Amino acid sequence: MSEAMDFKVIGTRPIRPDGVDKVTGRASFGADFSLPGMLEGAVLRSPHAHARIKSINTDKALAAPGVKAVVTGADFPQVAAGAIEGGEGGGDFADLAGNVIARGKVRYHGHAVAAVAAQSRAQALAALALIEVEYEPLPAVLSLDAALAESAPLIDEGLMTSGLPEPAAAPSNLASVIEMGNGDLEAGFAEAALIIERRYQTPTVHQGYIEPHACVGRWGQDDQAMLWCCTQGAFDVRSMTAKVLGQPVGSLKVIPSEIGGGFGGKTTVYLEPLALQLSKKSGRPVRMVMTREEVFRATGPASAATIDLRMGFSSDGKITAAEAIMAYEAGAFPGSPVGPGTMCVFAPYRIANFRIKGMDVLVNKPKAAAYRAPGAPQALFATESAMDEAAQKLGIDPIELRLRNAVEEGDSAIYGPKFGPIGLRACLEAAAAHPHYTKAKDAGVGRGVAVGFWFNVGLQSSAEVHINEDGTVTVIEGNPDIGGSRASMALMAAETLGVPYESVRVVVADTETAGFSNVTGGSRVTFATGMAVVEASKDIIAQCCSRAASLWSTDEDMVEWRDGAVHPRPGVNVEATPLSLKDLAGQAGRMGGPLLGKASLNARGAGPGFSVNLCDALVDQETGQVQVKAFTAIQDAGKAIHPSYVEGQLQGGAVQGIGWALNEEYVYSPDGIMENAGFLDYRIPVASDLPMIETQIIEVPNPGHPYGVRGVGETPIVAPLAAVANAVSASAGVRMTELPLSPPRVLEALDQA
Amino acid sequence: MKVHVQTEVNGEAVEFLCDPTTTLLEVLRDNLGLRGSKEGCGTGDCGACSVELDGALACSCLILAAETQGRSVATIEGVATPEALHPLQSHLLKSAGLQCGVCTPGIVVAAKHLLEQDPNPTEEAVRYFLAGNLCRCTGYDKIIRAVLDAAAEMRGEAA
Repeated sequence: MSEAMDFKVIGTRPIRPDGVDKVTGRASFGADFSLPGMLEGAVLRSPHAHARIKSINTDKALAAPGVKAVVTGADFPQVAAGAIEGGEGGGDFADLAGNVIARGKVRYHGHAVAAVAAQSRAQALAALALIEVEYEPLPAVLSLDAALAESAPLIDEGLMTSGLPEPAAAPSNLASVIEMGNGDLEAGFAEAALIIERRYQTPTVHQGYIEPHACVGRWGQDDQAMLWCCTQGAFDVRSMTAKVLGQPVGSLKVIPSEIGGGFGGKTTVYLEPLALQLSKKSGRPVRMVMTREEVFRATGPASAATIDLRMGFSSDGKITAAEAIMAYEAGAFPGSPVGPGTMCVFAPYRIANFRIKGMDVLVNKPKAAAYRAPGAPQALFATESAMDEAAQKLGIDPIELRLRNAVEEGDSAIYGPKFGPIGLRACLEAAAAHPHYTKAKDAGVGRGVAVGFWFNVGLQSSAEVHINEDGTVTVIEGNPDIGGSRASMALMAAETLGVPYESVRVVVADTETAGFSNVTGGSRVTFATGMAVVEASKDIIAQCCSRAASLWSTDEDMVEWRDGAVHPRPGVNVEATPLSLKDLAGQAGRMGGPLLGKASLNARGAGPGFSVNLCDALVDQETGQVQVKAFTAIQDAGKAIHPSYVEGQLQGGAVQGIGWALNEEYVYSPDGIMENAGFLDYRIPVASDLPMIETQIIEVPNPGHPYGVRGVGETPIVAPLAAVANAVSASAGVRMTELPLSPPRVLEALDQA
Repeated sequence: MKVHVQTEVNGEAVEFLCDPTTTLLEVLRDNLGLRGSKEGCGTGDCGACSVELDGALACSCLILAAETQGRSVATIEGVATPEALHPLQSHLLKSAGLQCGVCTPGIVVAAKHLLEQDPNPTEEAVRYFLAGNLCRCTGYDKIIRAVLDAAAEMRGEAA
């Protein structure tokens, strides 16, 4: 792999293989599937944020018209604790099972308590109202401060803090503590000419995918089960559902539907085990579809966070010391992304003296799920706000300040490993030279700069490449296509095999058809599954070379693959016409059988992703409303396989970040009921809120991938929070440290300034 | 007590029985098998279920199926011809104006309605018209460009 690689199809912008299905309405998403005799399921959810369940009586519901089955926590096995591997959210199987259906206690408003399957949805909903649950309400814990207070009500009475130097003496809402550090913190601060010390806060937000969770489950009398569902990872659904139901993994087939957005939020299970248990009891297939309200109340919000940050700078802008105390809300079960948050918070910079403490804290809110670069947006909001303030106070250009501290190849990352080739400096230099940065600002407009970072992951992937008898190509893989990945797989297969893009079709297969692949997440699919597709294509090439050599009665090292065909090596004295993939496919029956290439791997060497965002914002001094006037996202993609979809990741992540910065937040009543559980009141950005999102792709090839790819999907959401907040702070003339920057909050800050 | 409804969907006569409380979206999806219209919210906030009813743009989740008696409904399934995609569909594909694609049917139906009213909209007009169609993946940029390009093509200008 080198920068001088001459690509034929990689880097072009063809139409995605699944495109026509998706613009015509033909594509089948989670709720678009049905089976004969199918029942409709519905979930009874807790009306309390925190309560003990004293009794549940389902008799009347079971007797109601059309009802075929009712399940409660008592219908599910106790699941032993054990870490969930390979997912994006991580966590523990016992907590996962407890979140799927409450046992003994409800931990948040919306926690599933029972589920019903009936002949119609109306009958199922009517039956829910007949289930009698006696609750003993408990005080709700709704903030980090309340959760960590001395006499806070305990959400999990058995929870002992892990990660402390000494075992915890008593249970608390503090699930775990992570600490890391290096150098001499106080000496570093003593050296500083400027210290920025502030508390930064971000709210609970939701991934906001447009497609609600949905599935169809069917259980057979032979204990073999099938699930159709919208998920980022069919194999994760399989392992999680099997665990919650106490079944062997091999007894469950998961068919991933097309997926209507996930952003990390569809990396776990909610409805799937309920649908199967209802199917088992009723003997009928069961469909379950969440309402939007249920999506807000019971699925993966991203953690609210409070970060106490202290950063010291020399007068020439070098960071002398940095400290971050980071508390993230886990929701009702342990497992916030504070771990990655602590690893990201100072990752873009060289800092000799630092200390980072992370805390995973239970509150009576839905269990947090992964959301695009989980943990990083909150962390970098704090750091990049402080960097902006430091630049201002030191009189140094904000990009220049970052360049003076930026990590480069060979530096040790704060979280451990040495960086390989990375694009932070290239992104910063591109930002400094960008017309957005060099043009004059309009009157009243503030301009914000921020850096984004995400590790990116590799993990396990499989792929098969089938050469059809006319030389066309079918690629089989197991990663749901959430934003054009079929196109990148087809491009990489076409490039490797030397065939036209149009001759390659990519199939996202079910768990009984595709080889195992970890979740579509961690920005890993184009990198890791792409690598498997390239390896499987190379397997085909090796077989083709071997077959041609044998046909030409020569040795394999006398032939080579070039331009989609086997040729004798230059200088080798063989009388032969080159054999194309089509030629060899046509003769496969006479040459050892079908051409089938395979690869399965655990991809190492995911290259970290860095970005720089520029934002121009204008604050209305009378109303506090913020308008984003211009936004530019610059990011290192390693190598953009399909540049349009890379730009799309940058733009989509930017806008989710803008929403997080300006509008989005869970609003709770004092007793823990979310008051804005709908798209009218939980306002994600709409088209008229936004300008065009300019993009610039930087390509610093990742040596860990055959074509230089590094993940691009998550980094884009990291920088916008601070880029927007820094722009708003500049326009308002007051430093904003708590998101969202909604009109009331901005107005309050203006009034106090 | 079921209601017997006779109406027209994408130019074809259809009839169905439904509860008085059933929405048009439910009937389209469950009775008629037209599952291109999506339910993203059920409250008229996301536009994923956009249809035209007697030529007016509407969220089918907010219309009772019984209200369509004797009227005419147009859905995403009626937008392309057997020979060709609508220019909006082609340009969404060309511009990569979709990622997950679940909002796309609603965007196509709404944008088609806009271009029939205003063949030469400004970027701002497109943004305000599509403000009722939520997309969480794209940040709207490539959608807006696709609509402007499709409009140009439909006006006979080079897009």
